[in-house]
Amino acid sequence: MKALVAVKRALDYNIVPRIRSDGTDVDIAGAKMSISPLDEIALEEALRLKEQNKVDEILVVSVGPAITQDVLRHGLAMGASRALLLEAESLLDQLGIAKLLHALVEREKPDLILLGKQSIDDEACQVGQMLAGLMNASQGTFASKLQLVNDEIIVTRETEAGTETLALMLPAVITADLRLNEPRFVKLPNLMMAKKKPIEIIPANELVTHLEPRIKRTQISPPATRPPGILVKDVADLVTTLNKSGALHS
Amino acid sequence: MSVLILAEHDGQHIRQSTRSSINAAQARNEPVHLLLCSDHADTLAHEAQHIKGVDLVLHASAKHFAHPLAEDIASLIMKLGNDYTAILAAHTPFTRNILPRAAALLDVGMISDVIEIISPNTYVRSIYAGNILVTVKSSDTLQMFTIRTSAFKPAENQERAAPVQSVSAPDPFKRTRFIDEVHHVSDRPDLSSAKIIVSGGRPLGDQFEALLTPLAKKMNAAIGATRAAVDAGFAPNEWQVGSTGCIVAPQLYIAIGISGAVQHLAGMKDSQVIVAINHDPDAPIFKVADYGLVADLFEVLPELTDALN
Ligand SMILES: Cc1cc2nc3c(=O)[nH]c(=O)nc-3n(C[C@H](O)[C@H](O)[C@H](O)COP(=O)(O)OP(=O)(O)OC[C@H]3O[C@@H](n4cnc5c(N)ncnc54)[C@H](O)[C@@H]3O)c2cc1C
Repeated sequence: MKALVAVKRALDYNIVPRIRSDGTDVDIAGAKMSISPLDEIALEEALRLKEQNKVDEILVVSVGPAITQDVLRHGLAMGASRALLLEAESLLDQLGIAKLLHALVEREKPDLILLGKQSIDDEACQVGQMLAGLMNASQGTFASKLQLVNDEIIVTRETEAGTETLALMLPAVITADLRLNEPRFVKLPNLMMAKKKPIEIIPANELVTHLEPRIKRTQISPPATRPPGILVKDVADLVTTLNKSGALHS
Repeated sequence: MSVLILAEHDGQHIRQSTRSSINAAQARNEPVHLLLCSDHADTLAHEAQHIKGVDLVLHASAKHFAHPLAEDIASLIMKLGNDYTAILAAHTPFTRNILPRAAALLDVGMISDVIEIISPNTYVRSIYAGNILVTVKSSDTLQMFTIRTSAFKPAENQERAAPVQSVSAPDPFKRTRFIDEVHHVSDRPDLSSAKIIVSGGRPLGDQFEALLTPLAKKMNAAIGATRAAVDAGFAPNEWQVGSTGCIVAPQLYIAIGISGAVQHLAGMKDSQVIVAINHDPDAPIFKVADYGLVADLFEVLPELTDALN
């Protein structure tokens, strides 16, 4: 069984994003970049399936400029079998990414496609569902538990009211939620070894010709800040203050 | 032309989040059609008809909608889609599972979690856990987007009943099979529409529900939790507030033993009044709190519960 894991290169989650001084974009120059956390969870899950001998090949894929190879190397160090970059210099929207992944899926024919449920930067929560739609395949989004049983994948997903379990025929698209697993730490020797591994590069426009984004950013700004608050001295003070503020009235 | 809204319900009632999307849709000044998918439920259609701002209810009734799959609803939306100028829904786990799939089937780019509609094709949304706002513009003729529930007021009811038209559901998608679902039963109000939320973090431990429920009951509040509390198994997943959980903006949010990580703040910093109780005066939660109490939660929580009447 073959798994394809799509990962996004994004600002590390410990770093507070700032807007560039010219006000045009988020300042990521020199900042630490990583695999977006939920994508890392997706990759970890594929690795675990491989360790259980349910999956025998893991292809880790990313879309972006040449520099994106750094997170693919990290994916190789974690244990992916192969890495592939769909090289695109300009910014794509989610539909564009989904179309590219779809074209790659047709070429690579994976049985299982795993991604994070949303990226840490855009937080759109779209690509997995879009890809599944384009493939006319089953989708198991927001997965907190996976089990491969015969030719099906049993997915427990987080819903608004609790959880739901579905059985999906393969090929299927899974998007990982936070509680699917805790990704492993990568050991230094593995990182060193990953440096020597090849990364296949395919220019994005060789796979899909019309990738012009439908959705474009026209403005970027910081959110409004809250006025500073006050400290109350004890519970009685808190209750009095709350009563005065009207916040307790329904 | 009209706007299509995907309704969400719990089998008994249309969710508040749907009412927020109905209000958001009014910005377009076009007739609003509400798509209701269910396996029965004249009562649901009846409720839908009487929501202010709804001009037509499209009712797709099918047995397999008892446990609706994204695959099925997305193909229904695809079938209807080209008769509309916009298709929207609230950015809830249910609809955000469906709408992107439908958008891809219709070859439309989608905008998620909109907090403001500026014009018929321009929207404001937040990125990086609420740290940055962006304005985005879509060049598609058909606009597809989800809205943040807490950013739009829910539509009220009206006397007038909008007509109901039935639409046929496509044949069920055979490659996905529903097995079961687990609902955590709670008598607390819904997190996404509660006026008051009492929310707890990791230090509450095994006592999470035992300590927060009495306080929540007194205030008629919903209960929220941090990721750390949910990961540790102290609170169910649907209580998680934050960038990867539920985004809320109640009248009052009381954060108890919560550090205030950006991912948590993303889910609650638009609340009207924020109270923080934490024994560490340097905890980041105090930066967004209107009223802070530096204290041990195990000491003050029972006291607070007693003091409220
Ligand atoms: C990709 C990603 C997504 C995430 N999404 C979310 C999300 O949606 N929601 C979310 O909440 N988090 C999310 N997180 C996790 C987030 O970064 C924090 O780890 C988490 O919010 C911390 O939870 P906490 O405040 O309960 O725990 P802690 O960080 O352990 O903080 C506990 C706080 O309680 C205080 N405290 C301890 N004991 C007492 C006491 N006796 N009395 C009073 N105060 C006390 C401490 O001073 C501390 O400030 C996400 C993280 C990542 C990487």
